[in-house]
Amino acid sequence: MKISDRLSGVFLLILGVFTFWGGSKFPPVPGQQVGPSAFPMVIGAGLFLLGILITFHIGRSFENAAEAELAKHAEPDVEAEAYAYKRRWLVLLPPTLLIFYYLASEKLGFVPTAIIMIATMAFAFEAKKQHIIPLAIGGALFIQIIFVKFLRVPLAPGLLPMPW
Amino acid sequence: MNTFIEAWKLVLATDVLIAIFASAIYGLIVGSLPGLSATMATALLVPVTFYLSPIAAIATIITASAMAIFSGDIPGCLMRIPGTPASAAYTDEAYAMTRKGEAETALGICLWFSAIGGIIGTLSLILLAPILAEFALSFSTFEYFWLAILGLMCATLVARTSPIKAIAAMLLGLLVSCIGIENPAGIPRFTFGITDLLGGIEPIPALVGVFALAEVMRSLKQKEPPRIPHRQLGSILKGQWALTKSHPKQQVRGNIVGIVIGVLPGAGADMAAWISYAMAKRFSKTPEKFGTGHPEGLIEAGSSNNASLASGWVPSLLFGIPGDTITAIAIGVLYMKGLNPGPTLFTEKASSMYALYIIFILANIIMIPLGIMMIRCSSHILRVPRSLIMPMILMFCAVGAFATAGNNLIAVLVVAFFGLFGYLMEENGYPVAAMVLGIVMGTMVEQSFVTSLIKSDGSIMPFLARPVSAVLALMTFIALFWPLIVWLRRYSAKLAMAQ
Repeated sequence: MKISDRLSGVFLLILGVFTFWGGSKFPPVPGQQVGPSAFPMVIGAGLFLLGILITFHIGRSFENAAEAELAKHAEPDVEAEAYAYKRRWLVLLPPTLLIFYYLASEKLGFVPTAIIMIATMAFAFEAKKQHIIPLAIGGALFIQIIFVKFLRVPLAPGLLPMPW
Repeated sequence: MNTFIEAWKLVLATDVLIAIFASAIYGLIVGSLPGLSATMATALLVPVTFYLSPIAAIATIITASAMAIFSGDIPGCLMRIPGTPASAAYTDEAYAMTRKGEAETALGICLWFSAIGGIIGTLSLILLAPILAEFALSFSTFEYFWLAILGLMCATLVARTSPIKAIAAMLLGLLVSCIGIENPAGIPRFTFGITDLLGGIEPIPALVGVFALAEVMRSLKQKEPPRIPHRQLGSILKGQWALTKSHPKQQVRGNIVGIVIGVLPGAGADMAAWISYAMAKRFSKTPEKFGTGHPEGLIEAGSSNNASLASGWVPSLLFGIPGDTITAIAIGVLYMKGLNPGPTLFTEKASSMYALYIIFILANIIMIPLGIMMIRCSSHILRVPRSLIMPMILMFCAVGAFATAGNNLIAVLVVAFFGLFGYLMEENGYPVAAMVLGIVMGTMVEQSFVTSLIKSDGSIMPFLARPVSAVLALMTFIALFWPLIVWLRRYSAKLAMAQ
């Protein structure tokens, strides 16, 4: 998921402006010249300046040199690149599943949520079909036992409370 | 002497010994699996350390990271796929030896010189840390401020990318550390009215996201590595003593480079291995043999990466400035366990410090028998498909973050956000290690910055008035402008070539 330097530079520039502006709004500590706004304002100014530099590709030559150095040690693999391109959107699956965990684990309970997550991930990683369900159930129970029984982490029981 | 005996008692406690053994096995397995780095192994261990005694917790981090760095060499030697980034520098060399029918020698070099490198690195920690601690006792907030900034600048300097992007990544980390009420006035900053953000962003879930989740995401795009062929291996350590005697220069140089790189904030085992391998080739009498299965590069780089691990703890223990990404996580564990980094740690908690040294030495000694076992079992372990491991790692990310953040589900969202953000950063040349350093050191930087400004009544001059702070300031500015100097030199060389 490559983003152009121009875009990431503009993002940093805008973030810098907001950080500086947001920082300047923090109330000062009575009787002191320096308060909670100083540090964010310095960071904001820095991000703004660096954003401008990145937008104009300054420092790109260092990146090109590092990439050329790496390329010397690796042979180009067209097949691997095509595979990566085909699956480029799949990389969003793990964070999406964590959001699902945040939303569902309290209601569904840890074990059902974990079964769904492990099965989805195993499927995405092209696991053999006959392995997916045993892995999902076994993995969910294994983690539940370690964290609830041994580490005493209160994972939500939800719809499927465990007997232990 | 009493402190030393007390330290041994701490290490020989049953829970600590079990922690060392279990984390050694864990580190060896995770490190050997391609795509799982030593940093990821460490990040996933943190939730478990939460429930251990302070010494057992530190022991797990030290042992697992040392084992993982060595273990990453195994798939490099046998399959030409580095298990961890720290092995990437010399994977081709090791594999060339395997193709020549010298797999045992290649694996033996990696194991033997990793263990020796680790022990030498520990000796540097034992010697350097107390001397620097005594010196650091006289530091005021001005010195701490410059030291922290110098640490952050070093991290941007050693990044293998644009220094501008590295500094931007570091500032992003500092910005993340501003979130919450932990600031000079105790007012909520950048919380947008969200109560869960009042306490700030917990570093551990953020690190789990950046190092573990981002790797799971990356591996979804990569093809499953080929299966390791069954191979009968002979004696692993045969001939290693002879190599030790015949290559003292490579070994010493590798150890020294590893120690220096380890002490530099942000630069870790992978950087040490790359630099040492390049140096071995540069100073070799037979550079033409490099790439054809020559032991020199392996010895030097193998000695270097494990030496850097221990020396990386020097700035971490003394100043709370991480020497690498592993110690960035370890600092979080130190705080969690009441072993707050600082020079006084060496006087007030001396027995814990001695225990830490002993654990380092023990870990590197047991690396040899356990490493041989791991090499012998590697053909079975490396056959476990990724589709069985990665889903479990995702679940450990979720549950581990939830547990370390005081059973707060918001930590799972933090992991998701930083995983995605870290992935995007790496894809686009923004080094995540610099951001992590910013997150870990942000509070310390701000505290020393604001306290110094209050002390100086808003004046900049006292920042440069004390001799040590002036030297540190000078070094910081050199580090800041170093990329510009490098660019000017390259540009003038290009102009000269054109003419």
